[in-house]
Amino acid sequence: MRSNKVKIIIMLLLIAVLTVLYVFQDLNGSYHYALPRRLIKVLAMALTGVAIAYATVTFQTISHNRILTPSIMGLDSLYMLVQTAIIFIFGSMSVLILSQMLNFFISLIAMVVFALLLYHFMFKGDGQPIYFLLLVGIIVGTFLGSLTTFLQVLIDPNEFMNVQDKMFASFNNVNSDLVWIALLIVVGTIAIGWTKLKELDVLTLGRDNARNLGVNYDGVVRTMLVLSAILIATSTALVGPITFFGLIVANLSYQFFNTYKHSVTITGAILFSLIALIGGQWVIERVFSFSTTLSVIINFIGGIYFIYLLLKESRSS
Amino acid sequence: MIAVKELTKVFGKKKVVDTVNVTIHPGKITSFIGPNGAGKSTLLSMVSRLMNADSGEVLLDSSDVKAFKSNEFAKRVSILKQSNFMNVRLTIRELVSFGRFPYSKGRLTSEDEKMVDQALDYMNLVEMQDSFLDELSGGQRQRAFIAMVIAQDTEYVLLDEPLNNLDMKHSVQIMRILRRLVDDLGKTVVIVLHDINFASVYSDRIVALKDGRVVKDGPTNDIINTESLKDIYDMNIPIQEINDCRICVYFDSK
Repeated sequence: MRSNKVKIIIMLLLIAVLTVLYVFQDLNGSYHYALPRRLIKVLAMALTGVAIAYATVTFQTISHNRILTPSIMGLDSLYMLVQTAIIFIFGSMSVLILSQMLNFFISLIAMVVFALLLYHFMFKGDGQPIYFLLLVGIIVGTFLGSLTTFLQVLIDPNEFMNVQDKMFASFNNVNSDLVWIALLIVVGTIAIGWTKLKELDVLTLGRDNARNLGVNYDGVVRTMLVLSAILIATSTALVGPITFFGLIVANLSYQFFNTYKHSVTITGAILFSLIALIGGQWVIERVFSFSTTLSVIINFIGGIYFIYLLLKESRSS
Repeated sequence: MIAVKELTKVFGKKKVVDTVNVTIHPGKITSFIGPNGAGKSTLLSMVSRLMNADSGEVLLDSSDVKAFKSNEFAKRVSILKQSNFMNVRLTIRELVSFGRFPYSKGRLTSEDEKMVDQALDYMNLVEMQDSFLDELSGGQRQRAFIAMVIAQDTEYVLLDEPLNNLDMKHSVQIMRILRRLVDDLGKTVVIVLHDINFASVYSDRIVALKDGRVVKDGPTNDIINTESLKDIYDMNIPIQEINDCRICVYFDSK
């Protein structure tokens, strides 16, 4: 498809322009202070964008559903519970909160272990439908959410302010060491997943057709679920819960590129998320001068788009 | 040759397929017939490895089908189920190209393209190969899926009720194509059918199931008679011979 190539090139150019704008506008010669900080922020946004776009598209393919995000597995809720529980038990001055490195690894490990446990118990039987896994994920997620709310009600109001900080994703104080660690994880995970993209294409034909064509359906689904859990866990531990965002970029990419090829739709979703994150952050810093965080705007626009998708799906069926 | 040995599948407490022994003869059309819930589709799913059996085995050239690598098996046996829902937009050609996946892993060679062209030609889909599946009628879509299975180029082609929701014209069209697959290309076709007249006119052999057991198994002419059909369907079905075809007149059966 030549037209898709043109689209991708245009999006790449747009991203380049936005990145240059974001990094160099109003720099005022502050090459030693502002420049490295802005570059780290761009890198953090790129990582988050890539991780969420990739995880969401693969997750939607294996669940045969275009209005789900991996957050349905309860990873976001678990992240919030971990943060709230740490502040509740140890206080906001605890090293577990103050050391971003420690906090990152605790959240990451908790989420990955949770996902693996969930899959382990769910995939014992052969050919268990994935909807069962999703339902259990929703229930566990709701349970964790209620537990979090319970702790938040009991918590000291001053401490609650700290919890609230964690509730919204923010790129404003990303630790530069963490970005490099996250980069390693994301690149490694995607490299593993990239070899399976052709098989994901076949998965869109449904379980029976995929197996007929010699694809190890259960194996691919399992690998992809674990990979997307690791990606979501990494991005959430890095900047906070922002998975709703994946829904928007994945669907924009399907509409824009209109192909079954995952190499294209995933690339498209990644490009859309880079545009949205870097462009959005630029608007927030230079237009709203930090008066709001990006995730508030993303959730606002994402919510509207979600309603549009629901209406469209209900009309077509 | 595919040999089914003592195959059993249990859902809950019900034995859906109950110690079934069947041999699929190469180079023939074998029809699975029987009342609703007889276990025809389940049997087909187990033969094609879509479903695991609870006991018993399926042998392909005297080795257990479970021993095959997924990819190797997909080059020898293909299956098409009834419901084929998708949430992506595919053109007919893209769908048929998927049939080459076991060989090319998604990177089509010129050889693969040739097979796709042949399959499209075989199913009379060349002119509309770039239309999207969701714009097609049920019959055209069914033909597109069968073209995918033809492109897969397997010795065995298993089809689960391919005539479902098709009108007479399209049903006949598809049955004639299956006949050609066997007569011209030497394939082996196994098909689950509801309309016994299609089974009677087009198949070489018939396997009749009832309550998970094989009640009749043999050449078509041995099965299509009033006595056998009574055992299978509990109906009194007169047979009329028209142009050398045995037609079961079941519409007004007492």
